[in-house]
Amino acid sequence: MYDAWKILVGLAIFLGLFTFAFWMNAGKAAPVPEPKIDTPEIKKMAVKQCVEDKEYMRTTHMQLVNVWRDQALRDGNREFINQKGEKYVISLQNTCLKCHSNKKEFCDACHNYTAIAPYCWDCHIVPPEEPKEEPREESKGNES
Amino acid sequence: MGVKVSLGVSLGAVLAIVVVALVGGEVSALQPVFGILVPYAAFAIFLVGFIYRVVDWGRSPVPYRIPTTCGQQKTLPWIKQNKIECPSSTLGVIGRMILEVFAFRSLFRHTKAEMASGNIVYGGSKWIWLGALAFHYSFLIIAVRHLRLFLEPVPFLINGIDLVDGMFQIGAPTLYLTDLLLIGAVSYLLVRRLIVPKMRYISLANDYFPLFLILGIGISGVLMRFFIRVDIVGVKELAMGLATLHPVMPEGIGAIFFVHVALVSTLFAYFPFSKLMHAGGVFLSPGRNLANTNRAKMHVNPWEYPVKIHSYEDYENEFREKMKEAGIPVERE
Repeated sequence: MYDAWKILVGLAIFLGLFTFAFWMNAGKAAPVPEPKIDTPEIKKMAVKQCVEDKEYMRTTHMQLVNVWRDQALRDGNREFINQKGEKYVISLQNTCLKCHSNKKEFCDACHNYTAIAPYCWDCHIVPPEEPKEEPREESKGNES
Repeated sequence: MGVKVSLGVSLGAVLAIVVVALVGGEVSALQPVFGILVPYAAFAIFLVGFIYRVVDWGRSPVPYRIPTTCGQQKTLPWIKQNKIECPSSTLGVIGRMILEVFAFRSLFRHTKAEMASGNIVYGGSKWIWLGALAFHYSFLIIAVRHLRLFLEPVPFLINGIDLVDGMFQIGAPTLYLTDLLLIGAVSYLLVRRLIVPKMRYISLANDYFPLFLILGIGISGVLMRFFIRVDIVGVKELAMGLATLHPVMPEGIGAIFFVHVALVSTLFAYFPFSKLMHAGGVFLSPGRNLANTNRAKMHVNPWEYPVKIHSYEDYENEFREKMKEAGIPVERE
């Protein structure tokens, strides 16, 4: 081979870049997240059911929440009727987070795993994790 | 091959892959084949094939300097040399290669011939350069972004790229600018081949196939992100399994995911055998990577051997008597 060392260095860089993920992980798989649904509100429910079915919520909740935001804040319509015809109030704070009061163990579990940084919390206040804590003053007037 | 046959063959091939993956993705017994076996095989073919092609080029001798010179060569001291376009040193070659690899310098020089009032006129045409630049850089960013599915923890830089790419926060999940750029640029490259008669004339199935394939990858990816949602946690579990060499096949990933993976696998496996190898070839092209030292240095052909010569003097010595007999004049009696 002509100019062998130059070509070999180039090929080594090529191999290094394309197998980056293999040697960065070094054979160790991170545990798959299991979002927890053992909050007091959910435990009280007879039928553990979100606003839509589990598979839909798992894959499409971000689009639903986005539609909710537009509907509630831009159209002023806070009524949501799901595929079964049940009515819900459109509110992140009072509907979603009422049951899923454990952001760290629920939302963040998958979002961190898949490197997603939703901008919900640019406007919304992150709910206090410990229910014993006094709710902060600012959060009282916040309906959404 | 006519344009209809070329188009039909390449589009048909891509659609066949889509259909096979759609059907296979629905059958749970076949999911490990499409999710694990095919990607591994395609990636192995890509790595081995790429290295084979580069080594093969490396073994081909380039005995003489054949750089394409696009500027004043090094000459008398009061004539200014163009050190990038006609480099005479390794540093100049490095500068030239950086411009070529990162900014597609030779495409920037692209000209277009047109008839203007009976005369042929050449003028600059930057659209192909702009389209190629948009396409390659958005593809690069998209590929790097995908590392978030193959790495845990995800490096800071990849999160940063993700954030900038989705900076307009349109919809949820956020719209990526590079998705729009990639599909726009590939569509431009495809349409250009189809509507410019000279381009259509020189285009073959192996020109159309990668375009359809990459367009299919882009469309299936966009569909999966914005329209036909899949379980992203399951996708990452699969990707992490592949990257840690402990493959697992999580349940409940939608069939569209297998279409995307099948098309990407096809791209990987097809890469070393196709024109896409220009990615490696640009580094080994003697028209770019050699300094113009044709006259400044002596270049000896490595397989040169002493040529057997027979001078006129020897010839005359051999045939002098016969030449005299036949009346042919001789230089020495």
